[in-house]
Amino acid sequence: MRLTATNLAARRSGRRIFSGLSFALGPGEALMVTGRNGAGKSTLLSVLAGRLKPDAGTLAVANMGEATLPECLHVVGHRDGLKSPLTAEENLVFARDLLGAPTASPAEALKELGLGHALRLPVAYLSAGQRRRVALARLLVCRRPLWLLDEPTAALDTASQAVLAGLMARHRAEGGLIVAATHQSLGLDDARELRIDAAPKPASPSHDACPAASEVWW
Amino acid sequence: MIRVMRALIARDLQLAARVGGSGALSLVFFLMIVALVPFALGPDLNLLSRIGPAILWLAAVLATLIGLDRLFQADEEDGSLDLMTGAPAPMEMVVLAKVVAHWLTTGLPLALASPLFGLLVALDGTAMGATALTLLVGTPALTFIGAVGAALTASIRRGGLILAVLVLPLMIPTLIFGVSATEAASGGTVPFTTPLLILSALSLIAAVIGTFAAAAALRWSE
Repeated sequence: MRLTATNLAARRSGRRIFSGLSFALGPGEALMVTGRNGAGKSTLLSVLAGRLKPDAGTLAVANMGEATLPECLHVVGHRDGLKSPLTAEENLVFARDLLGAPTASPAEALKELGLGHALRLPVAYLSAGQRRRVALARLLVCRRPLWLLDEPTAALDTASQAVLAGLMARHRAEGGLIVAATHQSLGLDDARELRIDAAPKPASPSHDACPAASEVWW
Repeated sequence: MIRVMRALIARDLQLAARVGGSGALSLVFFLMIVALVPFALGPDLNLLSRIGPAILWLAAVLATLIGLDRLFQADEEDGSLDLMTGAPAPMEMVVLAKVVAHWLTTGLPLALASPLFGLLVALDGTAMGATALTLLVGTPALTFIGAVGAALTASIRRGGLILAVLVLPLMIPTLIFGVSATEAASGGTVPFTTPLLILSALSLIAAVIGTFAAAAALRWSE
């Protein structure tokens, strides 16, 4: 799979978040999206995931047949997409049936993330870090080429961070793509970096630049 | 696509059955309204059996609203909606599956329980059967109309009141034909089938328009 974004811009509640973002990702490549809080990292991931319509620019997917971009990707973000009353296994079985292309069984995926014992526990009983690991187990139960990770290490202990780094390395070795919004290195040493600067510098005399500072206070 | 729908319906039924699910909630609400009316009106059996079908239908409309605001909001809040956006099926199928699951846990139990609750308002056998049948045919319309409002208010916190204001006026035709069909069954000037067929038509129209409108509302919710 190959993902190309040209001149992406996004707007939320009428406010321009970012504009003019371009990047291309090929098999095995990773992109780290950085920027200060509120710069629009999560907004960029929402645009890629198909939850937000880009204000301008294009997103193109190559080598994926007829599948659309949202059908080629996994999202793990702040909202973990888990239902508290259901057990970890039921949540993963649902994700597998919904997304298709099953690979590992829920039990195997959870074991790999060190949560084999939580298989039949309702997700409501789990801690924040354990919930995040159940959400990450979704990456393993069905195969999708692009992983969108929004602060994937939030609430994870060091051991789990190492496990995640290992999973990402394996995914890339198999030709997968990763886009991660993060403040940390994540173990993606050779990843390219895309830095989003929230307000374009006043030096560039574009029309979007002028009201940026005042709009923050709305 | 069938697999996606089956997965969604199975999950929503599972959720409704668990503790804290909305499974029995609307049924209990339905029972409360119907049980309170005889106390308010007094022990006039003729009056009760005359307005009984109307009370049952009114209670059904209000009971449908219970839990409707959480139909898409719960999935929007915990990120499940992001997951569904990535499913290899159009948003319309996702909406259809969720609405069907919601109807199975609210509308269908109401219709099945209505003959029993009809006893509380002194309905005779014919009227009981007619009420159950019209509720069975008419509640899908209520759920599909409600789904549009639920999709529009999915990203609004405490959107329940806005939801009720949005969808109640649209439910009025269903209410009118539901009650008139039930009354036609127990003797009236029009034959039973005329309002019943209109009621079925309302359900079918709501199923088509509701599915597409709710999907469009969810797709461009931001």
